[in-house]
Amino acid sequence: MLRYFGDAAVLARKDLRLELRARDTLPAMLLFVLAILVVFHFALPSGSSRLAELGLLWIAILFTALLGLGRAFVAEREQGLLDGLVLAPVDRSAIWLAKGIATFAFLAVAEVVALPAFGLFFEPVGWSTVAGVALADLGICAVGTLLAAMAAAGRARELLLPLLFLPLALPIVIGGVGASVVDGSGRYLAFLALYDAIFALLAWASFEYVVTE
Amino acid sequence: MIRAAGLEKRYGDKRVLRGLDFELGRGGFLVVTGPNGSGKTTLLRLCAGLAVPSGGTLDVEPERGAIGFLGHEPLVYRELTALENLDLYGRLYRVPERRERIGMLLERFGLWESRRVRAAKLSRGQLQRLALCRSLLHRPELLILDEPFSGLDAEGAELLDRELAGMRGQRTILCSTHDPERVVPLASGRLALA
Repeated sequence: MLRYFGDAAVLARKDLRLELRARDTLPAMLLFVLAILVVFHFALPSGSSRLAELGLLWIAILFTALLGLGRAFVAEREQGLLDGLVLAPVDRSAIWLAKGIATFAFLAVAEVVALPAFGLFFEPVGWSTVAGVALADLGICAVGTLLAAMAAAGRARELLLPLLFLPLALPIVIGGVGASVVDGSGRYLAFLALYDAIFALLAWASFEYVVTE
Repeated sequence: MIRAAGLEKRYGDKRVLRGLDFELGRGGFLVVTGPNGSGKTTLLRLCAGLAVPSGGTLDVEPERGAIGFLGHEPLVYRELTALENLDLYGRLYRVPERRERIGMLLERFGLWESRRVRAAKLSRGQLQRLALCRSLLHRPELLILDEPFSGLDAEGAELLDRELAGMRGQRTILCSTHDPERVVPLASGRLALA
């Protein structure tokens, strides 16, 4: 078990180092989430309900995550590097875990900027929304990393990832919006946690079949 | 070490390998030759476990952790330095005395001075040398080399000649090449694909 997490840590550190060097993903995610919040700010009629504002926040989070996921396997795809990782004597699901950790880190940084920005443009978010976002991030990264690997192997990958990801992310939006707008947010947070657990397990178990022929 | 019987590989309707039989024993050196499109790369990818046969049987004895693979791509991250790339693979393969082994390989392949240079900035020949270091890093029992001389300058090619000669009999080697004259003297067998 220690060996497994050690491998995942080595791979995740590599992804974070690549991003620090290339700065391909995080700046794009930050700019995108800020831009989309500005657009929403001007698009939403004045006097709109709090419910509408929070709904737009979740749309912004989802599409920012999609941007990050779309770049998760760029280095491996463009340089054929998945072969190198698949050949290594590591459990292949450790590759999924590492990519998920790296994407989670990028998404978390984007949200550290996005949530206060949302507070500036609209109204500050409560703790239940923050908890919902954190749980949603886990689910997004678990499912999204698996789908990003599938899409990376395909030809129409730019189309394939959103087409696969958005329907599967629908429960995340329902849970996240529910946790943000309902007074007793506990059951929505529990729903998000259950989604995370089920889909993380499915993605972990099926990743090997995605990266091998 | 490798035994293929009636090996077939199809991609859709296209049959790349048809009924291939061969055997490569431990310590053997098999050279695979053939024109472009004859299935050399496919065969090597099958033996490395990177592809699955469509028919027939293929038994490869060592597990994937004991296979060294050099393909058309160097399989190194362009944004990482030569040292960082080897360190990454060294950790994944749990190479004992990793730093010493990496240092020794970098020295041997003439990359020590470039160890802190990002792979993106290395020349084609240096990248191929780095790829060779990567594939030899974990002292593989089975070495699979797909056109290893491609991209190497004269000095690098001579270096590889010496490496292959030194490994002869000690490691099992499966090597495809367009230049069979270079490696046939070292080989214990030759497989010509049509």
